[in-house]
Amino acid sequence: MISEQIYDKTKVPLIQLIDIQKIYKMGSTEVRANDGISLEIMEGEFVAIVGKSGSGKSTIMNIIGALDVPTSGQYILKGLDVSKMKNDALAEVRNKTIGFIFQQYNLLTKQNLLENVELPLLYAGIHKRERKQLAMEALERVGIEDKWRNFPNQLSGGQQQRGAVARALVGKPSLILADEPTGALDSRTSRELLDFLKQLNEEGNTIVLITHDRSVAEEARRIVTLKDGKITFDGAVEEYRKQVLL
Amino acid sequence: MKFSQAWKLALQSILGSKMRSFLTMLGMIIGVASVITLLGLVTGVTNYLVDQFADMGTNMVTVSVFPTDTRKVEVEDIYNFAKEHDDIFIGVTPNVTANYTVKNGSTSMTTSVIGAGEDYLDINTMDLSSGRFIQYADIANRYEACVIGTYVVNELFDGKVTLGDTVKINGKIFTIVGIQEEQADSEEGSKDDRIYIPYSIATRLSQSSDISSYTFATTNTDYSDQAKELLDNYLYGIMKNEELYQVISMTELLDVINQMTTMLSAVLGGIAGISLLVAGIGIMNIMLVSVVERTKEIGIRKSLGAKKRDIMSQFVIEAITISTTGGIIGIILGSIATNVLGKAFGIEAAPTTGAILLAFGVSAGIGICFGYMPANKAAKLNPIDALRSE
Repeated sequence: MISEQIYDKTKVPLIQLIDIQKIYKMGSTEVRANDGISLEIMEGEFVAIVGKSGSGKSTIMNIIGALDVPTSGQYILKGLDVSKMKNDALAEVRNKTIGFIFQQYNLLTKQNLLENVELPLLYAGIHKRERKQLAMEALERVGIEDKWRNFPNQLSGGQQQRGAVARALVGKPSLILADEPTGALDSRTSRELLDFLKQLNEEGNTIVLITHDRSVAEEARRIVTLKDGKITFDGAVEEYRKQVLL
Repeated sequence: MKFSQAWKLALQSILGSKMRSFLTMLGMIIGVASVITLLGLVTGVTNYLVDQFADMGTNMVTVSVFPTDTRKVEVEDIYNFAKEHDDIFIGVTPNVTANYTVKNGSTSMTTSVIGAGEDYLDINTMDLSSGRFIQYADIANRYEACVIGTYVVNELFDGKVTLGDTVKINGKIFTIVGIQEEQADSEEGSKDDRIYIPYSIATRLSQSSDISSYTFATTNTDYSDQAKELLDNYLYGIMKNEELYQVISMTELLDVINQMTTMLSAVLGGIAGISLLVAGIGIMNIMLVSVVERTKEIGIRKSLGAKKRDIMSQFVIEAITISTTGGIIGIILGSIATNVLGKAFGIEAAPTTGAILLAFGVSAGIGICFGYMPANKAAKLNPIDALRSE
């Protein structure tokens, strides 16, 4: 694993993006999905990254989530330079440091809820008994421990999303990365999920929320807006509200 | 990820689509079963043939002579030749065999009558249960003596015969001087269904004055080649033409049989092997389809921290599990088929350990080889693209 302990993690940002560029080549034309993004997120923050489709928010989410590496620029996550990592090292970063919550829940349909929640621990090489115990704890935390034996298609959308949250929490990641988490939920379950994310943040978890929906974004404490691959706003939610009103 | 975990995943996936898994396995089952059955049957046939020849004695060298008006081999010369080389030859006997009607009073049967020399007993490692065998004096004096097999005793004398009784062979009266010890459960057509008489008389019965075939027995099977060479040289000296005689040693024949059956098993095994190859391609095909179908799953796993080797091992182990399960079922079915067909053909056929190991090895190997490509394809998938797929 290409890793460098660059900073003392107690004093420095959890996430440090330095002039991130991501360029896709489409035939002969270049698409600058991210065009010089610099951003710092401290431990314990609740940040929403907002933008319309094509703003580059999915690209930055892929980079923050260690699913992809930037064309140029540096990404330092928890003191590790992720921007030059190879696939397997990235996989390890995702496994140990990041908990994903996806719009489509992304639970494996042929595995029951418990097995789904166990997955990150499985790839972390944790022993079966401990795996089961940690997964049950995570399910208790989201309040669907009685459904552990069910398969995803036997659960409601809200329950599936809770399962996905439990899976994101089970490895005790430093960062929870939620990609349009309420996109497939009705307003009531959306509310529940957002409240739960707030609660998690109050317990000290760092949360990055990616959304196109301003009302969802305003649940966060800090908002970053993207347009054409560049940051157009970065500040507290109160400031954001003022700007929107203007 | 541990192997047991990967295996559990493979099983889940296989059981998740039972029909497809079974159809994929079917190719493997048929391939392995046919390899095992064909090799088992060929081995059975080989053993049967070898046994038959070994019964005749592997230390035998048979000489056939085709005399002309001016060149021929006298019996005396052959005897003298064998005596000269008694370090190599136990002895020699002329072969004059024919079927005749044999009678005791009004009871009659047809049996094989063998004109034998005095060494016949030693050459064929036979024993008598009573009396004596044909002796030199019988041959020289053309005395009508005979030694009879147990089947003949049962058929003609109802199992009770005393030395000195007589039988009529082709109308001539012969005195029984000896009884052969039972060799093959007194069955019809076996070595017990025989009568031995002096060869000098046998040639008369058959109304051919020349003896055209002799059997030599060597003191040791290792001498077969040497004996063959000696006889070749000797006969060439007399007949001056290779076309006029033939020397065949039993070991040579066995070699030929072994060569032929080895070739037969290679050809049959090869043909069955092709079906294994086809089965492997079937597995690869299904695995490729499976990778495409499970792109999303692969993406999810990767996003949660699955490394390349985790995905790789999941798919390779799935392919191996399919192919080896098919292989094991094939081995079982092949073993049953070998025994059933062996019984039907009347040979003792059993699946050979070699064939089983080969079949199992090949099926596992096919799982690895043909599972590798799809697995590699899966492992190389970009997690973002994989997550986005539906």
